[in-house]
Amino acid sequence: MTNHAALTDLIIKMADDELILGHRNSEWTGLGPVMEEDIAFSSMAQDKIGHAWALYRTLHEDLGGEDPDRFAFMRPEKAFKCAHLTEMPNGEYDFSLMRHFLFDHAETVRYESLQESSFEPFRLLSKKVKGELKYHTLHANAWIMQLSTAGEESYIRMQAALNHSIALAAGVFEPSAEHEATLIADKVYPGEAVLYQRWLDRIYPVLVKASLNMPDISAITPVYGGRQGFHTEYLQPLLTEMGEVFNLDTEARW
Amino acid sequence: MGQTISIAAVYQALESVMDPEIPVLSVLDLGMITDVSIDQTADVVHIRMIPTFAACPAVSYIQNNIKTTVEKELGIAVTVEIDKQVHWESNRITPAAKEKLKNFGIAPPQVVEGEMKAEIMLHTPCPHCSSEYTYLRSPFGSTLCRAIHFCKSCGQVFEQFKPLE
Repeated sequence: MTNHAALTDLIIKMADDELILGHRNSEWTGLGPVMEEDIAFSSMAQDKIGHAWALYRTLHEDLGGEDPDRFAFMRPEKAFKCAHLTEMPNGEYDFSLMRHFLFDHAETVRYESLQESSFEPFRLLSKKVKGELKYHTLHANAWIMQLSTAGEESYIRMQAALNHSIALAAGVFEPSAEHEATLIADKVYPGEAVLYQRWLDRIYPVLVKASLNMPDISAITPVYGGRQGFHTEYLQPLLTEMGEVFNLDTEARW
Repeated sequence: MGQTISIAAVYQALESVMDPEIPVLSVLDLGMITDVSIDQTADVVHIRMIPTFAACPAVSYIQNNIKTTVEKELGIAVTVEIDKQVHWESNRITPAAKEKLKNFGIAPPQVVEGEMKAEIMLHTPCPHCSSEYTYLRSPFGSTLCRAIHFCKSCGQVFEQFKPLE
């Protein structure tokens, strides 16, 4: 039997990333640079919040956790385990697009690896999520390539967005000091170091096609802390806004 | 206990439960029903279903439609559960349903063989003029299951029900 605490920790990290980035993506609704991009970010927001919901439900149904809605909207900031990458404000479209590219490839390698997980709910969920993520990475790759080859200003901005995001994105793969070895030994997943390597192998060919220069990966310091409950100044305002309606009446039935 | 109800009668009733976003397709056409069983002693029909996309907002609405329609038509209690063991893929859409989709103005998904590749969407015939001179404008459309294409022959934007493995 897999260690209950270790599994719970992993699920919360994955789900919180999805929930928070889902909300960030939804902030593009009505504001996208062109209509199709407005729709794309809104659709991906919906997918991500759906994936978060599925994970919170697994926590609730298989591991005795709280009701998914209450868990999503009533926790204090410190209890959230999302990576700093996901909580950053949207900024300009270049940053949002680069974050989407880096995160969705990270999510894809993670779910692909879960197809062989010893934890059955992961195996069932991963098949569904992996298929849907193909559309996210197709979208991300297409725009990374188009904008990086669209002229000088565009290229400079995409390169700057990559330079700015890479350490934040590497922070998604922050291993748990307490649970990592257990999760690997129990074959729940292959571990963050393996996923990190697979992620680099996945993003590199796209960056080459886009003529973007990959920052020296050995020289960057991944932005850790989110997995341990240490967050940026941007998370609390987002949580307050996200939970505003729910917290007006937490017993309401929808 | 009331009269005996057959599995076939349940399936027949399900033919009239339409998808709220694509009203020409029933839940059977879409391959959303994974199992029907009848508990004759307890007078209950158990139906199992699967959503097309994980975050489909219409799932609980469809779930309720199935329950109320079958209960009304057959006069028996119905439970509708989400089947977690079975995974929806676009190959579950029947060929007849693909024809109905096309006539409704939505390009049907291509048949997925093995691993789904992005290239599969690059040649999507226009549902209006059947031309293959089209391009993928965005893999995201008005609902999670649709993509937006453009037909260079007839100059129309059209939607496609996306292939999903």
